[in-house]
Amino acid sequence: MTITKTHRDVLGASALRPDGVAKVQGDFSFSSDLHAENMLWGATLRSPHPYARIISIDLSGAWKIAGVECVITADDVPGQLTYGLISEDQPVFAKDVVRYMGEPIAAVAADHPETCRRALAAIKVEYEILEPLTDPERAIDGSHPDIHPDGNIIRHQRIVSGDITATAPIVVEGTYDIGMQDQAFLGTESALALPDHDGSGIEVFVATQWLHEDRKQMAKCLGLPEEKVRLVLGGVGGAFGAREDISLQVHTALLALRTGRPVKMQYGREESFFGHVHRHPAQIWMRHHATEDGRIVKIEARMVFDGGAYSSTSSAVLINGVTHTQGPYQCPNAVVDGYATRTNNPPCGAMRGFGVVQACFAHEGQMDKLAVATGIDEVEIRLRNIIHTGDTMITGQVLESVAPVERCIRETAALPLPAEMSSHPHELDLPGGSGRTADRRHIVRGIGWGVSMKNLMYSEGFDDYSTARCTLTNGKVELKFATSEVGQGFVTLAPQIARSILGVDDVTYDTIDTQIGSAGSTSASRQTWMSGGAVDGACRLVRERLFEHVGALHGVDPLRLGIDDTDIIDTIGDFRISVQEACADLSISETFEYHHRPTEDLDENGQGNCHVAFAFVAHRAVVDVDIELGLVKVVQIATAQDVGRVLNPMSVVGQIEGGIAQGLGLAVMEEIIVKDGKVRNPSFTDYLLPTALDAPQVLISMIEEPDPQAPMGAKGVGEAPCISVTPAIVAAIRNAIGKPIDRCPVRPQDICF
Amino acid sequence: MSQHEYYSLTVNGEQHPVQDAWIGESLLYVLRERLGLPGSKGACEQGECGSCTVYIDNAAVCSCLVMAATAVGSQIATVEGLNTDGSLTDVQQAFVTEGAVQCGFCTPGLVMAVHHLLDHNDSPNEQEVKEALSGNICRCTGYGRIFAAVESVISVRKSSAS
Amino acid sequence: MPVFIPSSLSEATSLLAEHPTAHLITGGTDFMVEVNFNHRHPETVISLRKIPDMQLWNIDKASGVVFIGASVPYATMEQGELADALPALAEAARTVGSPQIRAAGSIGGNLGTCSPAGDSLPVLAALNASVHLRSSDAERTLPFSEFMIGPKRNAKKPDEVITGVSIPMTNGWQGYAKVGVRNAMVISVASVCLAIHDKTVRVALGSVGPTIIRCSDAESWINSQDITAIDDSVAVEFGNRVSQESRPIDDHRSTAEYRRHAVGVLATRLLQRGTNA
Repeated sequence: MTITKTHRDVLGASALRPDGVAKVQGDFSFSSDLHAENMLWGATLRSPHPYARIISIDLSGAWKIAGVECVITADDVPGQLTYGLISEDQPVFAKDVVRYMGEPIAAVAADHPETCRRALAAIKVEYEILEPLTDPERAIDGSHPDIHPDGNIIRHQRIVSGDITATAPIVVEGTYDIGMQDQAFLGTESALALPDHDGSGIEVFVATQWLHEDRKQMAKCLGLPEEKVRLVLGGVGGAFGAREDISLQVHTALLALRTGRPVKMQYGREESFFGHVHRHPAQIWMRHHATEDGRIVKIEARMVFDGGAYSSTSSAVLINGVTHTQGPYQCPNAVVDGYATRTNNPPCGAMRGFGVVQACFAHEGQMDKLAVATGIDEVEIRLRNIIHTGDTMITGQVLESVAPVERCIRETAALPLPAEMSSHPHELDLPGGSGRTADRRHIVRGIGWGVSMKNLMYSEGFDDYSTARCTLTNGKVELKFATSEVGQGFVTLAPQIARSILGVDDVTYDTIDTQIGSAGSTSASRQTWMSGGAVDGACRLVRERLFEHVGALHGVDPLRLGIDDTDIIDTIGDFRISVQEACADLSISETFEYHHRPTEDLDENGQGNCHVAFAFVAHRAVVDVDIELGLVKVVQIATAQDVGRVLNPMSVVGQIEGGIAQGLGLAVMEEIIVKDGKVRNPSFTDYLLPTALDAPQVLISMIEEPDPQAPMGAKGVGEAPCISVTPAIVAAIRNAIGKPIDRCPVRPQDICF
Repeated sequence: MSQHEYYSLTVNGEQHPVQDAWIGESLLYVLRERLGLPGSKGACEQGECGSCTVYIDNAAVCSCLVMAATAVGSQIATVEGLNTDGSLTDVQQAFVTEGAVQCGFCTPGLVMAVHHLLDHNDSPNEQEVKEALSGNICRCTGYGRIFAAVESVISVRKSSAS
Repeated sequence: MPVFIPSSLSEATSLLAEHPTAHLITGGTDFMVEVNFNHRHPETVISLRKIPDMQLWNIDKASGVVFIGASVPYATMEQGELADALPALAEAARTVGSPQIRAAGSIGGNLGTCSPAGDSLPVLAALNASVHLRSSDAERTLPFSEFMIGPKRNAKKPDEVITGVSIPMTNGWQGYAKVGVRNAMVISVASVCLAIHDKTVRVALGSVGPTIIRCSDAESWINSQDITAIDDSVAVEFGNRVSQESRPIDDHRSTAEYRRHAVGVLATRLLQRGTNA
């Protein structure tokens, strides 16, 4: 992908990251890099059992260790004992019962991380081990006693639409299993909490996706008014959904308030696997009814998302799953039954793609089965069913977003396929890589497709607004927002917006903290739209006042003024003045709150205008497979993505390539293995992430059809890349080996046996 | 806890005394928490991510797996030592310019790995680049922009050499 | 001082005699994982990094034996003279962890840890390597087959230091292959080393049993065939026989069934590579 550079870093330019220089030098402060004078280290004691009654907790051993300053349990939580994003059902510390392996029971603060580890080892907890509920079907059928006062079903949602008795001559069905994926951000959870001198409040530097939501939940548990809890964004080393829930925030703050000293907490990698939610493992059954010429008449589906011990965002993930049953295809009739279950497995919640990843894996598997059953080409069968703007979805909602699905598919198909493998390939280009397991003759190539549709922003009546302030002072702009920068590049985009609207080049942004209104979460592909909309709005308000000022001073109707590059011009006259000259000695500050249009809850039949907008994407995967050993090398991914409008080409490429790598991980290697409620691979040795040698060639076509609903015409680009790439890769494997595979990640034994 | 280690490390050409350390401390911990050099990052504690890459006597290693007290007498180089005058090296500049940085947590380790590669091989092919960087996990970029940055450094170095 | 950095072998062995519970480390790439993951809380450590004798290697063409000091990093074995002399070892070395691990990790570490998944160990087994051990008052040499006695168990006595290995070169082909579910930096799910010397095939397996397994039955069978004319059916039969000698288990990395299958496939392929070369 060639990236062109324009002379000013306005919208459309590949502006460089403002934090890039600091990051390449190791100067950028991640939350784990923070220090304070007289600081203590915090650490958490976690349950080794997935389900057990706590008989007793003896802290005396920990208190005796030199260097230990504080040991706390549920008894020390001054406010609300539980927290949660949607339902407050998760204890700050387990008190009477532990419901998953890794659940926090106590925390310590001490002078050194090793002192903390020894203190944790010295805490004696007596458990009565209970039979864990690990099969989500037993949560549904009621055969296991409730493991939580709120019951074993977090949410059940049906969708019934059209004529449920409809049928058609071609019927295909399948049951699809999607493994538990981890976000595996590189910068593990960390926070530094600084208590106020009088102990009445606290300042917390934390790596999070949503400062204000963290503050709300923390304040409740700490028993403090929200204004006494000030959050500052510590540098964030990736997020991908795993920082939406509370992890160590309350624990760190409690230890700091208790000791009156700064406390830093940082999870190691193993603890990180227990410290945040994962992508829901799911089992999805689908049956498609279609005409002989391949047109979908009805879809039946049953989805089970295992939410694990606490609800986190499971109910919203489930809604995304069931409402995306049809994928980017028309579907006049549907019957869908979806469950989010509670079990003693690890809690699951937000991860990039949020429920749609699972649904897409199933509906794309179905499209391939439909292609086989009708004898229609896999691309053609998709084209025959694509959804268009104005179509009614299975929720009864009319699709209002720009929907260039056909272009996504056709432009993907137009991207060149890779060259045939040479007769003497480099050994690292073969499946198995440096293990030298295969020779050229063992390799078969396959091609597969995936197409998806993803909702943008939050759904079901949630008003997830964002706030931004723009201050123009002496020709310089400073922006203020609480938008979490997790690597996605909002700190690059926000100044681009200001430069474009105000004609000012010198744009900076203030500390990202809770000293302004909420920006909502950096998730759901929403910040370009939402916080971008807020910055856009604030800058426009400032521009309006600037034009009023210039108009009054120079006798021009402010409504005739516009920005041309770095000048203010009379759009129907000759007047022109540079912005710098016009705003000398001027200071204007405006705050803007951007709200997307309202949405509604689904009713009991799954009907309602529950989503704000949608983005679309197609992926074509080419894989080389060693069938006998079951090893795979993903050779190439071609993709055309509906981005609305490209605001920063280099950032968009980065999101697309990065999302594809995560989707590739889910396709062929990434899975948290849980057996009897216990995580078997909580480390980077055994939870495998794609390396440089696993990265495929990526060809990208960006489809720009600005969406009139979006503040700048741009759709969020973060999630779409990682959704249909997984089924595309698995389809390519099926194509190579000529037999069905309905689970991901695909394991060697799934291929070779 | 017994904290009675006293030793001295040579980091970026300077002697740094380490006092009252625990024997089990990794070089990564000592660099970050005792010597005020937090540029090297820790993400896995087991040599599976490369974020903590430093050079010990010119070998690129994972500092999380070096017991700090055993690095006495070795020349240790960290990302902070790449450019003492605050300017960027060509590799660092290319990472910024080519979009190889997103969250940036893997970046210092990758910058060290790329420098190490190019110091030993001025014209690596695609497979050599990928193999040399296969110990550095990046979760954000999918590696595409990182490869672009490496290619750009190779070509600029080649053209300035000729 | 609980960390010792001796500069000679004799210093190291006397330190070990004085501190019999001390942990010996070289690169530290195994040991520090255990410390970082809270599985070990070391009190006394002897670092072997600065002992020149242990960093030496040499190829004795006359005797046909290669000596590799216990601290020689894997990176040194991946290319150059050592790789030319012992291609299977070079191939195995290249699959050890990441480049950063290969710059620090050594055969001494693999032998000290003695994990069945240790990448260099099937090579040592197939090449009939011997392990040199030294204490403050004695030296001895053990065949690798007698050195590794169980999963993470070896015959080294507490007062001994592993000083190096002697590996006889082969006059025929040798190669190594390893299955992992990623194209680099991955723990072995199954690995095979095959070597041919004096027209005799030897094969050793990693990660499919409590120790490295030499497949004596499969070896006898293949060595009763004419290995200058191996056809596909013979290679496959050899693979099947190798497979039968594996004793794998199910764990979170793979299944016993797959491992058994994989070593058979690898053995077949290596035999074909070796006899068609």
